[in-house]
Amino acid sequence: MSEKDMKETYEGAGVSPQDQADNPVDRILRQERMPHIWCPGCGIGTTVNCFARALEKLNIDLDNLAVVSGIGCTGRVAGYLKVDSFHTTHGRAIPFATGLKLANPKMKVVVYSGDGDLTAIGGNHLIHAARRNLDITVILVNNFTYGMTGGQYAPTTPFGSIQTTMPYGMYEHQFNIPKLVAAAGAVYVARWTVYQVAHLTRAMTEAIAKKGFSLVEVMSPCPTLYLRRNRLGEGIDEVKRFKEWAVRKDGADVNDVGISRDKPLIIGKFVDIERDEYIDLMNRQLSKKLGDRYTLYGVENGEV
Amino acid sequence: MKADPKGVLTGIHFMDGNHAACEGALAAGCRFAAGYPITPSTEVVERFAARIPVVGDGVFIQMEDELASSIAIQGAVWAGRKAMTVTSGPGISLMQEHIGLAATYEIPLVFIDVMRGGPSTGLPTLPAQGDIMQVKWGSHGDYEIITLATSSPQECFDLTIKAFNLAELYRCPVFVLLDEVVGHMLEKVVIPEADEIEVQERLWTKKTPEEYWPYDPEYGMIPGMVKAGDGYRIHTTGLTHDHRGYPNLNTKTQYEMVNRMINKIKDNADKIIEYEEDGVEGADIVVIAYGVTTRVAKKAIEDARKKGIKVGLLKLVVVWPMPEKRIREIAKNAKALIVAEGNMGQLVYEVERLAAGNCPTTLVPHPGGGVHKPETIEKAILEAAK
Repeated sequence: MSEKDMKETYEGAGVSPQDQADNPVDRILRQERMPHIWCPGCGIGTTVNCFARALEKLNIDLDNLAVVSGIGCTGRVAGYLKVDSFHTTHGRAIPFATGLKLANPKMKVVVYSGDGDLTAIGGNHLIHAARRNLDITVILVNNFTYGMTGGQYAPTTPFGSIQTTMPYGMYEHQFNIPKLVAAAGAVYVARWTVYQVAHLTRAMTEAIAKKGFSLVEVMSPCPTLYLRRNRLGEGIDEVKRFKEWAVRKDGADVNDVGISRDKPLIIGKFVDIERDEYIDLMNRQLSKKLGDRYTLYGVENGEV
Repeated sequence: MKADPKGVLTGIHFMDGNHAACEGALAAGCRFAAGYPITPSTEVVERFAARIPVVGDGVFIQMEDELASSIAIQGAVWAGRKAMTVTSGPGISLMQEHIGLAATYEIPLVFIDVMRGGPSTGLPTLPAQGDIMQVKWGSHGDYEIITLATSSPQECFDLTIKAFNLAELYRCPVFVLLDEVVGHMLEKVVIPEADEIEVQERLWTKKTPEEYWPYDPEYGMIPGMVKAGDGYRIHTTGLTHDHRGYPNLNTKTQYEMVNRMINKIKDNADKIIEYEEDGVEGADIVVIAYGVTTRVAKKAIEDARKKGIKVGLLKLVVVWPMPEKRIREIAKNAKALIVAEGNMGQLVYEVERLAAGNCPTTLVPHPGGGVHKPETIEKAILEAAK
């Protein structure tokens, strides 16, 4: 949608010029790529809105921000953001981001992708990135399914849910994502849903500002391929359900935050700890061993 | 431009091919390498890991697998670095998806493949030349790459620099093939002064962010490059994309993108190809070989010439793209072509296609685990001369 079209849309919807100027999403979206491919009722757009607001709060120079996505519905986020943005292969956004961040440590690097991409095909990269504690942020949108390919079961699909490749109801165990990445060494882990937009925005802000490997899991409805198949209504019904289903427990033991549709959905900030970051560790070790022969890497004005 | 002296280990060395390839990469300006341990290639990155902290302003990282290392280097290239990964048979198989991605992103990247016997885990410590077709065709879809084959540690140094230069010029994946024996062979390696080494700088765009799109041709068919953090705010994708780098999933865009990606190599093939000839003019028999096999072929040719046979050698330094015109010419003038290669017959089919029935083409195969005996190739020469 062009800027002119946007303006007409706003005017048609009775949005005041003041509010039009205040929408931070407009500044970060590639307007020429609108409309996006996401279904009506999908929650990914809401997460992008929160992300834009988080960037606004952080007052980041957008020239120094890179967003990297894998494949899938959430994998399309990078393509809509007007920053250096990379659509990679299925599951490999994290190692691409690792190379980008290491090669130019002044960049803020955010991986934005889905649950299937990041925890199934990309699961090995997810845990190794958390282990290394390189300073990147992962926004993981969890919609319980593979949307882009037509609703196959994921490592996150709840017990009993119907999916095209699990036609009689899910019987595999699920990943507890916060527990997985916390065990691997993540320094910041939070989970929110697309209902709690203010909390979600704040979590994204904290995660991006946090030095080291941070992850925000965002629960988001997939009306077309998860909810409809399981007779759970429209996207808005799931969002309303999130409101009832979610129980905030900051600092919850990650052992207790696995997701089941029969139990409360635990949300909040679970992990916020300090742990040496990758480039700091590399610089410290190499300086110790090599002395004057080594020049600190990625350091400008004394700061990494 | 000339090489940065920080990466150039000027002097005369006694060095194996794997170490020489690493020095070639450093001299060419490679400052980012990612790899995963795999025999018989690992010495390349072991040396890089030891050298890069001292050379400065660069990084080595050992990734969790070959899928990761073959895409970490792509992140590094988009961050402005010259980058490479190093692997062998099973690793190059795992990297295929990302070789297609690099071709589609159109980024300069070097893959060093120290070839071992296959298929599967095969012969980890023994040589073969079984990857020659895989590096050309391994990823799905249509794309072009460049491949150089080395036959000595000196060539490992020289051709790795050439590989980085070609990668920058044509924005495509470039493979440097070492046979296991070449990787582990110790010989004299002369590393010149930095100001004697020509290094190709990245083809940076001359456009402003307002006029720039990532896939607008700028240097002939080649688009100018930018790096993340420079304010161009680019997008790129492995999906079929238009000149803006935006997904555009239709036949017209596919046709334009694939054609330009292929033609930028095909139309420049004459500038890329490199081969060496020994007594090909006027020869009845011409042996075509690459890598370590050329060393054995030389001995076979020497012995056959003593028996009065007019036999020449065509050594392919750049294997892909092939010197098609030259092979066609040779086939018109020779009585027979012999392809000796460390596999059960791969490149021979290309040669046979180019010979186009003008003369017969004979294969001298080797399944891997060693190199040909000179007598085996000589026997084929004598047979063909009958």
